[in-house]
Amino acid sequence: MIAEFGHFTLILTLLVAGAQGALTLPGAANGNAAWIAFARPAARIQFALVSLAFLSLTWAFITKDFSVAYVAENSNSRLPLFYRIAAVWGGHEGSLLLWVLMQTGWACAVSMLSRQLPEPMVARVLGVLGLVNAGFLLFVLLTSNPFERLTPAPLEGLDLNPLLQDIGLIFHPPLLYMGYVGFSVVFAFAVAALLAGRLDAAWARWSRPWATAAWLFLTLGIAVGSWWAYYELGWGGWWFWDPVENSSFIPWLVGTALIHSLAVTEKRNSFKSWTVLLAISTFSLSLLGAFLVRSGVLTSVHAFATDPRRGVFLLLLFAVVVGASLLLYAVRAPKVGLGGRFDFISRESLLLVNNVLMAVAAGSVLLGTLYPLFIDALGLGKISVGPPYFNAIFVPLMVPALLLMAVGPIANWKSAKLPAMLKRLYIPAFLAVAFGIGVPLALGRWSLLVALGVSLATWIGVAVVIGIYERMKATRSGLFSQPLSWLGMHVAHLGIAVFVVGVTLVMGYETEEDVSMAPGQTVQVGGYDLKFIGVRKVPGPNYVADMGDFEMFRDGASMGLLHPEKRTYASSAMPMTEAAIDANGLRHVYVALGEPLGDGAWSVRVYYKPFVDWIWGGCLLMALGGLLAISDRRYRLKRKARDASVALKGATS
Amino acid sequence: MNRLLWPFAGFIVLVAFLAVGLTLKPSELPSPLIDKPAPNFSLPQLKSPENVFTSESMKGQVWLLNVWASWCAACLDEHPVISELANSGVVPIIGLNYKDVRSEAIAWLGRYGDSYTLSVSDTRGRVGIDFGVYGVPETFVIDKQGMIRHKHIGPVTQSAVRDTLLPLIRELQQ
Repeated sequence: MIAEFGHFTLILTLLVAGAQGALTLPGAANGNAAWIAFARPAARIQFALVSLAFLSLTWAFITKDFSVAYVAENSNSRLPLFYRIAAVWGGHEGSLLLWVLMQTGWACAVSMLSRQLPEPMVARVLGVLGLVNAGFLLFVLLTSNPFERLTPAPLEGLDLNPLLQDIGLIFHPPLLYMGYVGFSVVFAFAVAALLAGRLDAAWARWSRPWATAAWLFLTLGIAVGSWWAYYELGWGGWWFWDPVENSSFIPWLVGTALIHSLAVTEKRNSFKSWTVLLAISTFSLSLLGAFLVRSGVLTSVHAFATDPRRGVFLLLLFAVVVGASLLLYAVRAPKVGLGGRFDFISRESLLLVNNVLMAVAAGSVLLGTLYPLFIDALGLGKISVGPPYFNAIFVPLMVPALLLMAVGPIANWKSAKLPAMLKRLYIPAFLAVAFGIGVPLALGRWSLLVALGVSLATWIGVAVVIGIYERMKATRSGLFSQPLSWLGMHVAHLGIAVFVVGVTLVMGYETEEDVSMAPGQTVQVGGYDLKFIGVRKVPGPNYVADMGDFEMFRDGASMGLLHPEKRTYASSAMPMTEAAIDANGLRHVYVALGEPLGDGAWSVRVYYKPFVDWIWGGCLLMALGGLLAISDRRYRLKRKARDASVALKGATS
Repeated sequence: MNRLLWPFAGFIVLVAFLAVGLTLKPSELPSPLIDKPAPNFSLPQLKSPENVFTSESMKGQVWLLNVWASWCAACLDEHPVISELANSGVVPIIGLNYKDVRSEAIAWLGRYGDSYTLSVSDTRGRVGIDFGVYGVPETFVIDKQGMIRHKHIGPVTQSAVRDTLLPLIRELQQ
């Protein structure tokens, strides 16, 4: 019954979403107050209904109701409870339900946090979100219903894909989807502004915190995904330029351009038409990513089970949503004025360069991702474009972006004075050169790429620290009495510097040993000795593991045991590698078991990865910067000020 | 034309490509090299670079040349199929390790199994160019006289082995 109940609530949600789109958009156009007033309750009802549907599916997983096809395909009676709950979004149908839940959740948040907006604007934004939601609900109900029954019900489920039985599954998809879907809010703001013919600084100020919030979730989602791939796939890499990784990275790049461009639109009323295009593009590229992952047009390690109907439906949805908004853009954007003028050397022009670099980078990643598809569509076969292309294109584009990152924040709006700026860049430049030469020498092997990476990171990091220090001195106040959005920008930039250090040092100094080891033998990596004690069988809830015992030594002193595993799940023939990692913030010692070679000997892979944690640490700092930025008081002050004026009006009338 | 229509126009082209992409399955391309002599090459062996493999040495038998790389996701896709075919002993399979880093290629084979007769390192992709490789993976069927008789683009699937490669190999081995 519970599955039918969940199915029914989804149908109800579709009706409410359709009605919301059909009433509030014309209502806003004609000034029909009753129809406009429908927007907020409709958004909240949708969230409540989808939450019920989501809970129904979760309940089916908790109670092991294998008569529901999706539950039978993605869980097993021996699967531990928390994985059974995470398995709700472990497959195609359930992850779409999670997508819809977040879609309605964001819309509900807009309905609660939009008191400072004019009512017709709220109605338009929520109306657009309702239509997008209706599209996704149609997709779920017509092609991917998670509540479908199996008759007769099997006694046992097939089990969740062993790759997904990991803490990473619990966090990665929800964070990533929060990011993807969050950009739908900014998209809806842009479409609403185009519909209203009102693209101004106020629109940018409303959009900014939403864009930053979505961006911070996407950053976290990508970082968790990268970390998960690093230790779960056992490849020892943290980024593979896989089509699915790329389809989350492309919206991230465009979203990064968007949050910078929104700053210009808010402060200087410039770049308006470009900002709108970015807002539309970011969500469009999220949709494109969903299409690429779920339609099976590209080969990827992430591929979901594919069904041709799904691909066709998603493409239609993509075409309608994006096509309509780009047409609207073409019709309405010409009415937008040009906004404030600015000099060649000014913060605006630096941010413009940032935007161009981000957009070109996103374009090249998109091209590399879709190139196999283009070749296929032209009848030339299926191919794979690998890291050689992406690294060759991407690194040169990022170098100028990183260089400018220290310059942008100290440039004045409208017109900046070059000599004054140069004076403030002496120290970062000097330290960048010093560290660029010194750090690789200190680490033992000099290479140009390491020197470049370390220099750029130092350049940014020092500029951030000096920027914060000077502002504290000038305002004679502490760190936390500075505006949080300003502080957030610096923290996020510092995150980039930390990230660059991590990437550079891992690429420059990681070492890898692929050896066959018999019990008692020792392998050396990065100054550590690893002694192989042996492998024993350890049973898990739904698998049997070959667990290795390694003792780690540094200069003869024991530093503890490491236990890599090779798991064989009851449900799958392919053994899963669980690497063992010893981390101390400055380096990882990473051990993974390969194949048994007989007589207790195993092939063993050992990595020494200096500073690899800094890659994800940098991402956390970026996300923290985003969090600081959206907590800024000025986004809330507006509301209080308006409340006060409303109260005043009420009192005088 | 309104220049703001350009994003829309670009989008239409993209959707057209995606739509065609949906309808297509991995397809075969008539290569200009079909029924022509396979380019001769000599390359260091991947696992023992001091030994050089020359394609001349395969004269007199039917063999497959499988172009692969550790950075190629689609190669991982076809790897079980290639391994099964190689283990069946029907046909020797030479791996052309294309534009790869030697240590990563060896690690990749260690991870997923190495059933190739042997692999050779085409680090700079010169031999790949001679063979007209568009991308990875690609597989060539070469007959006893050293002629390319078939080219499979993209991951080799079970059905491609069953319906195309095996019948052709058997016929050529007669």
